[in-house]
Amino acid sequence: MSGKADWPLWEVFVRAKRGVSHVHAGTVHAPDAELALQNARDLFTRRSEGVSLWVVKSNDITASDPNDRESLFDPADDKTFRHPTDFELPDEVANM
Amino acid sequence: MAADTDALQKRFDQLIDADDRIEPRDWMPDEYRKTLVRQIAQHAHSEVIGMQPEGNWLTRAPSLRRKAILTAKVQDEAGHGLYLYGAAETLGTPREELLDRLHNGRQKYSSIFNYPTLTWADMGAIGWLVDGAAIMNQVPLCRCSYGPYARAMVRICKEESFHQRQGFQIMLTLANGTPGQQAMAQDALDRWWWPSIMMFGPPDSESVHGDQNTRWGIKRFGNDELRQKFIDATVPQADLLGLTIPDPDLRLDEETGNYLHGPIDWGHFWDVVKGNGPCNRERLGTRVDAHEGGTWVRQAATAYAEKQAKRATEAAA
Ligand SMILES: [Fe+2]
Ligand SMILES: [Fe+2]
Repeated sequence: MSGKADWPLWEVFVRAKRGVSHVHAGTVHAPDAELALQNARDLFTRRSEGVSLWVVKSNDITASDPNDRESLFDPADDKTFRHPTDFELPDEVANM
Repeated sequence: MAADTDALQKRFDQLIDADDRIEPRDWMPDEYRKTLVRQIAQHAHSEVIGMQPEGNWLTRAPSLRRKAILTAKVQDEAGHGLYLYGAAETLGTPREELLDRLHNGRQKYSSIFNYPTLTWADMGAIGWLVDGAAIMNQVPLCRCSYGPYARAMVRICKEESFHQRQGFQIMLTLANGTPGQQAMAQDALDRWWWPSIMMFGPPDSESVHGDQNTRWGIKRFGNDELRQKFIDATVPQADLLGLTIPDPDLRLDEETGNYLHGPIDWGHFWDVVKGNGPCNRERLGTRVDAHEGGTWVRQAATAYAEKQAKRATEAAA
């Protein structure tokens, strides 16, 4: 081994505080999950940015193809009735 | 196929024109990808090499508090390098290859780190001027068209302002100190001023990549514009310190409110870029040694991970 580290890439997710979801923060390289967590801790939470970390091997993520965006996401555009603002009500109905 | 590329190019142009972001899995022109890999990698290399001038004073900081602060700052710079290598990797170039390009000299890092740090006052001047100039350059990159780069820059900029403030405070302490300490602060300013304002790069009239990068939303301001902003912000700070900026031609232009600077020695700048600065060889040598010296650690971590994985499969069988 030439000292080249064929360490997998891990995606790091940080929960900023209790009550909110984990949010993607970036990536680290590490030989295993344990060290990925350690590295993520050192890299992304030096200033109390988080109370919980997730690491996931990048290769284990299945992502949608940007070229499929029209078939996946555009149909939602013509269903405005899914939004409450689509329904006009008399002013007398104050809060609904 | 050509029609396909046309459609993809059109979609890319639309996103750029709308000042929207390009994300890793989007189609992008090869030149855009290449430009970004080069810029982000060089930026990452600069953060990593940038640890050395300050690392030089870690063991000699004047107090435990100063030592802890400087350690935290240097650690941040390592983190900045990692954020940026991560962003570059999303463009399809593996980290090992990026490091190779640094180690074999195929890619550069910022020339500012090829100057020696001779006294403790240099820690002040670097934080104040070098990190200050870096912030000026980096804030507009938070709106760069490439999403991962922009997001890395947001993190970096959040951490940078502590760097500049701790540097300025070192200068302030020295400027309010004994005549010897004041002279030390002035000497540091004398040595770091010109290299700092060179950090913005050559004048726009000579800049090679300028136009295309502006079109692509990678570059938002010209080199001269950013340099002017930096000088205008810094001159009053030097006044506050009671220090003199080593430029006899520096003067306030009443009409524009800008401080006009004297001629910059671009011959010297290019000489340092080409490898002839005071510390080029030392910086790269130290980096390569550190990488090679760390080989056994990486090997041990890999071997441990393999052993644990093997045990886990055996236990499951
Ligand atoms: Fe930095
Ligand atoms: Fe910094």
